Parts: sequence; C-alpha cells; structure tokens
Amino acid sequence: MTYSESVLNHYENPQNVGALDKSAEDVGTGLVGAPACGDVMKLQIKVGEGDIIQDAKFKTFGCGSAIASSSLVTEWVKGKSLEEAMKIRNVDIANELALPPVKIHCSVLAEDAIKAAIADYRKKQQSAAVGSPA
Amino acid sequence: MKLPIYMDNHATTRVDPRVLERMLPFFSDDFGNAASRNHPFGWKAEAAVEAAREEVGQLIGASGREIVFTSGATESDNLAILGVAEFYQSKGSHFITQPTEHKAVLDTLKVLERRGASVTYLPVDRTGLVRPEAVEAALTDKTVLVTIMAANNEVGTLQPLAEIGAICRKKGVLFHTDAAQGAGKFDFDVEAMNVDLVSLSAHKLYGPKGVGALYVRRKNPRVRLSPTMHGGGHERGMRSGTLNVPGIVGFGEAARICREELAHEIAHTQALRERLYATLTKELTHLTLNGHPTLRLPGNLNLSFAFVEGEALMMAMKDIAVSSGSACTSASLEPSYVLRALGVPEELAHSSIRFGIGRFNTEAEVDYVASKVITGVKKLRAMSPLYEMAQEGVGSASASFQAP
Repeated sequence: MTYSESVLNHYENPQNVGALDKSAEDVGTGLVGAPACGDVMKLQIKVGEGDIIQDAKFKTFGCGSAIASSSLVTEWVKGKSLEEAMKIRNVDIANELALPPVKIHCSVLAEDAIKAAIADYRKKQQSAAVGSPA
Repeated sequence: MKLPIYMDNHATTRVDPRVLERMLPFFSDDFGNAASRNHPFGWKAEAAVEAAREEVGQLIGASGREIVFTSGATESDNLAILGVAEFYQSKGSHFITQPTEHKAVLDTLKVLERRGASVTYLPVDRTGLVRPEAVEAALTDKTVLVTIMAANNEVGTLQPLAEIGAICRKKGVLFHTDAAQGAGKFDFDVEAMNVDLVSLSAHKLYGPKGVGALYVRRKNPRVRLSPTMHGGGHERGMRSGTLNVPGIVGFGEAARICREELAHEIAHTQALRERLYATLTKELTHLTLNGHPTLRLPGNLNLSFAFVEGEALMMAMKDIAVSSGSACTSASLEPSYVLRALGVPEELAHSSIRFGIGRFNTEAEVDYVASKVITGVKKLRAMSPLYEMAQEGVGSASASFQAP
C-alpha cells in the first residue's frame, strides 16, 4: 500500500505524542479500539477556561494511518471549544489524510477517541459538581 | 550496500544470474517448441527441457520421468488434489490436511467439499507441527489423499514428512506435499520420505516465475491422475500446453545450483538468521518467536514485537522489504490465518513480522535491518498505549476500552 504525503508526514513526525495526568480533574481520557483488532487509541484533552481545549496528547497502537489520524486530531482540537471538537467528523480526517477505503476505520476511531475523551471530561465535571458543597 | 534491501524471500526470490544466463538463448536463437519433432529448433528445445527435467528430479531424489512441468506450485497443488480426487473417486472421497497449508491447497479442497468430499483438518500445535499419530488416526478406508506441506511459508515450520509418509505408505494412501517453500532449502528426498506427489515452484528457489512442477511417483506405487488442463497431450497427458522452455531451462539450472550448494546455502542463511535474532533479542524486550525453535526453514524468522502494530513497524523500515501477519497488510483486514491456527493471540498476530533471509543477503544487510527494527520498535512503543499499560502493570485484557 502506498501512503499519502500527509500520512507519511504525521507518521514521521507525530504531533502531541505523550500522556496527561488521567486523574486530574481538567483532563479527559478516551481509550478506544481493541488490541485484537490491531488498533487502540488513547486520546487525552486538558480543558481550561470557557471549555476550551488547551492541550491534547495521544498514544496509539495501530498502523501508520491510525497514528496519523490521532496526530492530526490532537492538532485540530487544540484551541477548540468542546462544542466545536464534538463536531469533528471522521470524513474530515479521512479527507485531510487522503485515506484509502480500507483505512477509513482509522479515522472513525480518531473521531470516537475525541468524543470519548470529551465524555470522560464531562463526567468528571458532573461528579465534581455533585460532590462539591453547595 | 544497496537500498532497498530485500528480505522477503518466502514471497519470491531474485533469479540467480547463472540461471538468467542459461535462459536467455531460449528467448532468441533457440526459441523452438519442444513438441516440434521434425526440425532442429524443436530438438534443441526438447533436449534442454529433458536436461532440466532431470535436474529438477534430482533435487528431490526423483527421476526426471516423474516430473510434470506446470505454471507454478498453485497449479501443481490443483493438479495433484483435483487429479487424484477424480481418478480415485471409486475408492472414496476423504482427504486429510491441516489448517496452515497454502490457500492453493485449502481452497482446492474447499471446491471438493462443495462437491461432496469430506476433509479432515488436523490440528497443529503452538509451533505449527502436525502429529503423525493424528494422521494415522484420521485415515479411513475412504481416504484417497493426505496433503501436508513441507515447510510453512509464514512461520517456516518443517512438518515431519518422513513419519507421515511412512504411515501413508503402510496404509496404502497417497501422500502429497506442497514443497514450494521446502525444496532446495533442506534435504528433501521422495524415497526417504515416502512422498507420492510433490508441488514445486521455480521462483522460490532463485528461478523464474511462471514455472513449477508436480512430481508424480511412477512406481511403488504408480500414481495416476486425471488432468485438469486438456489439450495436446503434453507431459504424458497430465498437463497439456506448450512448454515454457526458457522457464523450464531456468528451473533446471536453479535446481542444479540448489542441489550442489545446499550445505553452503543452509549454513549461510541460518547464520544470518541467528545473527538477526541475537541482535534483536539483545536490544528489545517482549519478543516472541512464532513457529518452531529448531524445526524451521533456515532463512525464516517470524517474530511478534508486542505493543507495536506490524504495518506501522514496516513503515519505520521503509527501505527494507519484509512481510507482516498484521491485518492491515491484507486486503481482508484479517490477521494471518496461519498464526491464528498456531494459537498466537490476535494482538500478537498484528505485531508480527516475517523476515525471509535468502542466498543474496549479507551480514551488512542483516545489521542494517536489525538497527532499523530496533529504532522503529522503540519509537512505536514510546507512542503505544499498550506498552504504557504494560509498564504500569495493567494488562491490556483487563483495561476498560470504551465502546466506539
């Protein structure tokens, strides 16, 4: 299989590889995929004032397209509000990276990962609100 | 050292320059049809084909008269299985095989199953071996053919052919082996192993593509086949079609070189394989060897690099040609059926790389490959959530993954 220039760029120089403190209240973590299927993505966001995503990190077990999709989506969400980040769709990722049909699932996984990270952050906020004194 | 490096010698091999040299005249001055009996062009082609036939026979301890030339091992497998099934249908329609066979065998048997035949798939153990006793236990009075490969194309496991052959001979059942990967790579002898039908391929042993052979035993017992290709009655009626003279000449020369240089070739490829394995195990943790520790093709090294996906690793070594059992490298998105038959967990099947070392590989190439693999695995593990979990002591099986 030949790879697009943008997949190769993200694969060679992945952006935002790393981890944030998953126990921190302002961090949301999404872990999607399954080792048996050959793809696991862990995507984390750090959310600040006005629900703006200040930082994003990923770690991915998967092919080059999965790594590129994770790298791209962490770049995209930085500076976006949670609302805006929820609107990222897999087709945007697939188009940007020129993914062939057999690699579309990599972009789906990246969309799922960001949604899962946001859901995790919101859950934390809710339980913090419930737990805090009135 | 020239880049890219070819280390995928189970897929195909480079034509040996000595082979090419022998072939060339048969494309130009000596272009005759081996079936032309009435002029020197035909005689020359026929003489060259017959000399090649002897060479191919000798490679496996057979006589040239037992060699039927085909287009490759896939055709040979089809001819052996379909040909025996049809010719011996009055005896029965039960076949015995095992799940790591090449698709040329498995899919051909599927065709027979659809036509009503029954096929027993013997289990393989974790190293890929079939137990000869299991073959014996599966035989019935309706069994017409046992087909077990010589060497596996992915993990390199060498099956106990002599033991299986002895059982089949004792019970009077024909024994076929697909030796596309085995012939020319280890000592192979149809008499010592009691094999009745052998599929061979030229391009796996430094010959040209598009030519192969089927060995068909002529005595004790005499094996009969119904042809699958009908026409001019070439190859004693077993395989019609004008002979691929240059290809056959190349196959013969390739077989001669393999036979004469076998000991050197085994030593060379095995030494390089051990060098690669030793370097990788010294520098990397969490490696698993797929296949058998000793009963394997000398040039085969199939490793799983845990926490790293195979295709991603191949991208990290983009000037090196190898193969992976990862789903991502297959059109079906399924990981290797061979590794799954061995019970390799899917996660590790996705992480597998097959190194196929051959005649033309060098120490310098092995060292270059090792350094690229080590760098690539370290880089990818640093970005692998599974490696992170393993470091933290969380088993990936117990981790909670959110459903997409």
